[in-house]
Amino acid sequence: MTITSSNPEILSELDRPNSYIGKSVPRPNLERLMQGRGLYVSDMELPRMGHVVFLRSPHAHARIAGIDAAAARSMPGVIAVVTGKELAAVITPWVGVLSHLKGLKSAPQHALAIDRVCWQGEAVAAIVATSRAVAEDAAEIVRVDYEELEAVTDMRTALDPATPVIHPALGDNLAFERNLDAGEVDAAFAGSDAVVEADFIFGRHTGVTLEPRSVVADWNAAEARLTIYQGTQAPHMVQNIAALHLGLEESQVRVVCKDVGGSFGIKVHIYADEMATYALSKLLRRPIKFVADRVESFNTDIHARDHRCWGRIGVKRDGSITAFEIDDLTGIGPYSMYPRTSAIEANQVVNLVGGPYVTRNYRARARVVFQNKNVMCQYRAVGHPIACSVTEGLVDLAAAKIGMDPVEIRRRNLIADNAYPCASPSGLRFELLSHHAAINKLMTMMDYDALRSEQATLRSNGIYRGIGIASFIEVTNPSAAFYGVGGAKISSQDGVAIRLDAQGSVICQTSITEQGQGSESLTAQIVGSVLGVSMERVRVILGDTDNTPYGGGTWASRGAGIGGEAALQAAKILRRNILDVAAAILQSSPAELDIADNAIVNAADGASRMELRELARIVYFRPDTLPPGVQPELMATRHFVPREYPFAFTNGVQASWLEVDTDTGFVRLLKHWVVEDCGTLINPQLVDEQIRGGVVQGLGAALFEKCVYDERGQLTNANMADYLVPMSGEMPDIDVGHVVSPTSETELGAKGAGEAGTAGAAAAVANAVNDALRPFGAVITEIPLTPQIILTALGRI
Amino acid sequence: MKAAAFAYARATSVGNALELLKAYGDRAKVLSGGQSLMPAMNLRLISPELIVDIGELAELRGIAVTGSVVRIGALTRHVDLLTSPEIAAHAPLLTEAISHVAHPAIRNRGTLGGSLAHADPASELPACMVALNATIIVRGQDGERRVAAGEFFKGIYETDLSARELLISVELPVAGKHSVHFFHEFARRHGDYAIAGLAAQAMVERDIFTDLRLVFFAVGDRPVLARAATKLVNITITPAVLAAACTALGEELDPQDDQQASAAMRRHLAKVLLARAASALLDRPDLNAGGRA
Ligand SMILES: Cc1cc2nc3c(=O)[nH]c(=O)nc-3n(C[C@H](O)[C@H](O)[C@H](O)COP(=O)(O)OP(=O)(O)OC[C@H]3O[C@@H](n4cnc5c(N)ncnc54)[C@H](O)[C@@H]3O)c2cc1C
Repeated sequence: MTITSSNPEILSELDRPNSYIGKSVPRPNLERLMQGRGLYVSDMELPRMGHVVFLRSPHAHARIAGIDAAAARSMPGVIAVVTGKELAAVITPWVGVLSHLKGLKSAPQHALAIDRVCWQGEAVAAIVATSRAVAEDAAEIVRVDYEELEAVTDMRTALDPATPVIHPALGDNLAFERNLDAGEVDAAFAGSDAVVEADFIFGRHTGVTLEPRSVVADWNAAEARLTIYQGTQAPHMVQNIAALHLGLEESQVRVVCKDVGGSFGIKVHIYADEMATYALSKLLRRPIKFVADRVESFNTDIHARDHRCWGRIGVKRDGSITAFEIDDLTGIGPYSMYPRTSAIEANQVVNLVGGPYVTRNYRARARVVFQNKNVMCQYRAVGHPIACSVTEGLVDLAAAKIGMDPVEIRRRNLIADNAYPCASPSGLRFELLSHHAAINKLMTMMDYDALRSEQATLRSNGIYRGIGIASFIEVTNPSAAFYGVGGAKISSQDGVAIRLDAQGSVICQTSITEQGQGSESLTAQIVGSVLGVSMERVRVILGDTDNTPYGGGTWASRGAGIGGEAALQAAKILRRNILDVAAAILQSSPAELDIADNAIVNAADGASRMELRELARIVYFRPDTLPPGVQPELMATRHFVPREYPFAFTNGVQASWLEVDTDTGFVRLLKHWVVEDCGTLINPQLVDEQIRGGVVQGLGAALFEKCVYDERGQLTNANMADYLVPMSGEMPDIDVGHVVSPTSETELGAKGAGEAGTAGAAAAVANAVNDALRPFGAVITEIPLTPQIILTALGRI
Repeated sequence: MKAAAFAYARATSVGNALELLKAYGDRAKVLSGGQSLMPAMNLRLISPELIVDIGELAELRGIAVTGSVVRIGALTRHVDLLTSPEIAAHAPLLTEAISHVAHPAIRNRGTLGGSLAHADPASELPACMVALNATIIVRGQDGERRVAAGEFFKGIYETDLSARELLISVELPVAGKHSVHFFHEFARRHGDYAIAGLAAQAMVERDIFTDLRLVFFAVGDRPVLARAATKLVNITITPAVLAAACTALGEELDPQDDQQASAAMRRHLAKVLLARAASALLDRPDLNAGGRA
């Protein structure tokens, strides 16, 4: 891996002798987690805490005719049984729309269903008891009278006049539609030598977190203050929304989020049962704990990716792509999720299709419809796997049609590395990408030509292996353009406060959050590097709205790029302040001094002048010895938000090498490669882990994961035996390489890396399966690629 | 996902366990390794009144070889089967099959008796017992019964055991000269229950099957001893002979549709297994034509 910094003079603060930037230092929280000292909400116990279990609808769509909870209420250990009507006195409903997604509509959603349930798993009553087990016992004897209503399940017929409208007040089942027409699409197709089209089908799936969604809400009536302990990605967003719907000021709500057992976008939304838990605490004036069990997680954690997307591509004989066209349809469940909405994924598909390529001709339609299934919303790499699979699937089909190598057709169409800045037909602005450098690097890493000849040899022996390539672009470091402009109170800026303590150690409070991805580590690395302090002396505090600056948290691959830059800028100010004081004490000038190894040193020869510990002692305990007029400020705060570009786009390319057993339809993944460009690498190991984890989730989508609903809207595989998450035994080795094009919007130069792996993995696998099956003339554009689908395509069954 | 309240008794002897089972009948459940029972209770699919934990009954544990018989106690854990030199020497089919059962954490607790009494039709061990011609030993208030494995499995989670009986042990004939075995299954992920699987035990003399027990699992409501195997015994196997056996197998099986595979796919995979087994057992690569033979 070679990293060359294109603007070293700007990166001066980071190029210090003992810099941690670009080093795979171990994360500071590792030992704490390995010793079982993580602070997970599911482990929490508070005095007088009640446990809530939600009674959930067994029907996809039904009227609630009555609830009889008398017997349950009188069971020993039961504290309360609360219905939707009762809870509505404490908490108001919400509507998941954003004003910049024109036309997006949804219906008011309540913390607990009132009168009607709209998906199997929607909560109809809350049973609070002294233990989860007692609450489950009581839930079994609550009688709910349901009158079943017709369920809308198939997205393809959701808009038919004969299909019932789920929310009559909305007029129809169309939540959102977007149309885009750029360039001269019809003329481009007419002038093409070949036009290929296909229907791409994506299975609905979900992010399976090791720790389920967990909340402890503690209303303190004496202080009129609610403390929410929650495994969330966005504490300030939770604070804002809890306050809004409980009729409180934000200052009356504190959100604490320490360790989180995995989130992947699942924990960045506001769920009805979590809102109900906050409200129950206020209603019952005691701490209430909700930890979703696995079955209810499958039924209520957001699902994603349920898309059917028709696509078409035009190509000339010389391989130049003339146009892309898509028509995307997705079903999002009965409500648009709050507050980020469920239109973002389809919107991203429209934005991203064709994104790596030069053609200006692009037409797209996306429709988002309501259904009586669990809600769908943003999950790791929102929209990207769809857009990438459609684009890269079409490019491979076009290549096959004109008899061109899949790598060659990409080389002829990818945006040139020296063409930046530029924009996509859908209006995305690219500051600096590196598609060609990435694909060149990939070719070397995988030894493409050798692999092709190995493939040919094996094929003549009846062994069918395939190579699949997928180039991609990825949205990271979002500005306010994502949510803020649409009216959501989701901060796109982050803040970091840093102070030197009385023994010369550093305390750093940041608004980004730790979900296991290493936010704590990268913050300490940046702060330590800029300040000249060793990482062990930097303590990072995150996940507490009372004790960190205001900010966004973890989503859209933003923590390192935005929170990291805020940390860098805050550390620079603190460093200057320290050097000012040091100059005063040492009767020198700040320019002659530096900080290295926890000490003030001469800038010129590095000779140690004074330990930071000594400086802190003087500042805090003997300020009387400082020259008159010197008032040290050993705490500094800075905030940052990108302003020039709405998003810092990254790019990359993935490749899959696999074998299909054409007798059984089973796919064996042999190897996977990723080359990606996230700008400055702060901690290469953390980046590689993010890429690999992301790839595995993409491979899950490609081969295994699917929420299987029947035609009545029943989720039929809501357990870990039937819903197949990818497991290590089936995963290939994943080689990761980097190209480094830092963003010049920040001094740090880092872009996001958390979702790139997921963006392109399924596309690479699907292309590889089709490559393996080419001798049979079978083409499959549906994932997950199950043995059943492959055998069917091969005509074996 | 919390089990409903239940009473718990740790049986002190087989007799004590049988007394409790007699008193409670089907309101009691025997607890062995707990790997199937506990999840079912936590999901509240079953809510027994009494759990009879047989974990301390040392007489139900262990592997012993006497003469031509291997005796395996009901409490013998999967991991012990996997690592037992006696099993590797005398019932190598089991050694191979057990590595497909779940994952190490589950194999450390799950037991042979539990697996057989549970009788999941996609389970490996019941099929092996039928292939190996095992005898299953069952004890009730009135004494012991010996049941041939082929008669023991009655349907999905159904066996010949009554709620008042304990599965004590199994007895297997020691694998003889000329004896060969084949085990393979198709599962979406390693350790999952199979979509289709085959446990086969055979005698091969001069490239001819003199005996062939093909037991398919996950393709019916219990392990299926294929009658089609008879078409391959005492005959020189040609692709045409194998194809006829595959066709017969397809007609004989009546698999279920489920989320993992349609009935047609299961039937197809069973034929692939048959072809691969014949090819492997006879060491004839030419026969492996993936069920298209
Ligand atoms: C994630 C997971 C994956 C698995 N994958 C597989 C797999 O691939 N293949 C497979 O075969 N199994 C699989 N299993 C099941 C596992 O092998 C179990 O161990 C086995 O099915 C039951 O054995 P046990 O000792 O745990 O029995 P228990 O769970 O204790 O009991 C199972 C049933 O048998 C009864 N029982 C137990 N012992 C006796 C006895 N001596 N007499 C009478 N009745 C008795 C119990 O009352 C109960 O009804 C899996 C389990 C899990 C959790």
